[in-house]
Amino acid sequence: MKKIIETINVKKYFPIKKGIFLKTVGHVKALESVNFSIHENQTIGVVGESGCGKSTLGRVLTKIYNPTEGTINYYDKDGEKYDISNKINKKTNMKYRSDLQMVFQNPFDSLDPRMTIGDIISEPLQIHKVFKTKSEEKDYVKDLLKKVGLYEDYFSRYPHEFSGGQRQRIAIARAIALKPRLIITDEPTSALDISVQSQVINLLKDIQKENNIAYIFISHNLDVVYHVSDRIMVMYLGNVVEEADSKELFESPMHPYTQALMKSVPGWNPRERKLSEISLEGEPPSPIAPPPGCPFHPRCKYKMDICSKEKPTIKNADHKVACHLFK
Amino acid sequence: MTEKVLEVKNLKTYFRTMEGTVKAVDGVSFDLYEGEILALVGESGCGKSITNMTIMGLVKSPPAIIEGEILYNGKNILELSKEDYRKLRGKEIGMIFQEPMSAFDPLYTIGYQLFEVCKTHLGLNKKDAKPKIIEMLKKVGIPEPEKRFDEYPHEMSGGMLQRIMIAMTLITNPKILIADEPTTALDVTIQAQVLNLMKNLQKEFNTSIIFITHDLGVVSELADRVHVMYAGKIIEKSDVYGIYETPEHPYTKGLLASRVIKEYKDRELPHIPGFVPKATNFPDGCRFAERCSFCTEKCQKVSPELIKTSEIHETACFLYGEDTNEKDN
Ligand SMILES: Nc1ncnc2c1ncn2[C@@H]1O[C@H](COP(=O)(O)OP(=O)(O)OP(=O)(O)O)[C@@H](O)[C@H]1O
Ligand SMILES: Nc1ncnc2c1ncn2[C@@H]1O[C@H](COP(=O)(O)OP(=O)(O)OP(=O)(O)O)[C@@H](O)[C@H]1O
Ligand SMILES: [Mg+2]
Ligand SMILES: [Mg+2]
Repeated sequence: MKKIIETINVKKYFPIKKGIFLKTVGHVKALESVNFSIHENQTIGVVGESGCGKSTLGRVLTKIYNPTEGTINYYDKDGEKYDISNKINKKTNMKYRSDLQMVFQNPFDSLDPRMTIGDIISEPLQIHKVFKTKSEEKDYVKDLLKKVGLYEDYFSRYPHEFSGGQRQRIAIARAIALKPRLIITDEPTSALDISVQSQVINLLKDIQKENNIAYIFISHNLDVVYHVSDRIMVMYLGNVVEEADSKELFESPMHPYTQALMKSVPGWNPRERKLSEISLEGEPPSPIAPPPGCPFHPRCKYKMDICSKEKPTIKNADHKVACHLFK
Repeated sequence: MTEKVLEVKNLKTYFRTMEGTVKAVDGVSFDLYEGEILALVGESGCGKSITNMTIMGLVKSPPAIIEGEILYNGKNILELSKEDYRKLRGKEIGMIFQEPMSAFDPLYTIGYQLFEVCKTHLGLNKKDAKPKIIEMLKKVGIPEPEKRFDEYPHEMSGGMLQRIMIAMTLITNPKILIADEPTTALDVTIQAQVLNLMKNLQKEFNTSIIFITHDLGVVSELADRVHVMYAGKIIEKSDVYGIYETPEHPYTKGLLASRVIKEYKDRELPHIPGFVPKATNFPDGCRFAERCSFCTEKCQKVSPELIKTSEIHETACFLYGEDTNEKDN
């Protein structure tokens, strides 16, 4: 399968400005150094602490932000390579934008309240001049609405009239409208009840098969991430700390943070509550002043001397992990 | 049992739209007891948020049509003046919203917004409020609260904002806390911390919590009782064990069967076929009938009422008999 995107040491720092002269007094280190690549028909799951930089990664890839450092390469359908790390020309931009779509984390902010559902979904179709006539376009959009499990006559209603879950499906319909090659979904099902969630996941999988779409699937729901992903990246404080095939990762998680994550998934048995026993000790670290050495060491129960001194690098293997326990 | 702190009686919240009247909440009745955690689950769009927004007095009427009673301390709070409602909200009843961003004003710092709450509801001045705010931010796990105090909402991640909102709500120590999907944005390790925090707080202050969530794992960990909603109505009520061990309503059973488990990898996930009827056009009969494999002719004509099926369980489904009293009257 063809490669769509690769990142090389991508870093994103946000300056913190203070005072009347807006002097930069520090940085939020949202992404430290991210390396990965994604191919057609592949799903990469991204999990990690809230605030670890998952959405920032999505926004850097969608070109909402430029990376502070590092390279993002984009490969078009013909395998031609473009460096899109910084400013890109109009033609490449157009191409890239029709190849990549993002479903945002928050369905409440991401839909323009003044536009009808029909307009919201048609907009990308119009920008890219997909249909010659209005009626063709309308039929296509109504079809999409049905596909994501909404009634076609919702076409002329406004976003505020819908529940969170309904809005998320509208956002998904918009994202798949142009049949992109890569969709970044940021918590796409967290607002849905589990039956609708299953419907949406089945839908995402179906359109993947039909069109060889690749997904970057950001989620806190480990069961769902396991289900949809071929590979999974675990992030902590702007760093990828583990990356592996999803079955491999769940069967033998290596990084202590990954292990803690997996232990914290609630069960489904009210007679065997485990919540109160779960506690990953310590304060979550600040991305403004990350701890020296391994970003996880202040909370890690296997902490060794070296962990606070030297930052572990991610080992290049099929099952990658950045931890001093594994040499 | 302990005392009721809130009684919702036959609550209806309707919206008029171009297509007709949306019956978002359509005859919902339930009680909330002192110191309990009541989980509200159900299909997205079934009216969970609107039920609670109505309790909070946050649904504007008109244009919306609101009927029924919400009794707090024996008084129907739906009849309160705007001003009295505002006092109640925030001090006596707090709400944590599904979307944290909308709870904050982007123009003011986190610290300022928390201070406003302390000033309005607790009468604190800046000097006394600040340490209280910092302590609360620490309690919900915000790193470097002194620094975050002076920052703006957009500088936070979704999960961090969610925790700050929890801090903002809990700082007045409300009697009732309504939490609408408060942990959906958090990773499971922080989710566990926040749920433990809420649970400890509830024990300490005997707060009653209405907890809305789609995560049935969280429900099993946290809830004392569970109410299941479908298409504007409550269709099953039980204690938490009853829901997981002897679910009754076919919708509840379908929901539990939709759990994503490892064995389904590379296969289609099971789900309830079909879709909810439109809230402008509910059928006369059972609202789940169209998707139900036990549907009879009667189900399509008559809407089942909740009936007691055991000491701890109530279900609105003809499979479990029907309310004969109601028919005779
Ligand atoms: N525009 C911005 N300016 C300054 N800081 C930012 C900005 N956007 C994000 N951040 C910070 O960058 C860090 C990473 O944020 P991001 O939203 O990527 O986290 P996340 O992993 O998506 O978290 P969550 O799971 O809570 O959504 C956070 O500390 C956040 O406060
Ligand atoms: N202002 C409004 N005008 C018209 N209809 C509305 C309005 N607000 C909500 N609705 C409708 O009311 C119904 C109930 O919405 P509500 O937000 O309570 O659902 P919910 O159960 O919280 O769903 P979710 O789990 O997706 O958050 C939905 O069908 C929604 O479309
Ligand atoms: Mg995010
Ligand atoms: Mg809701």
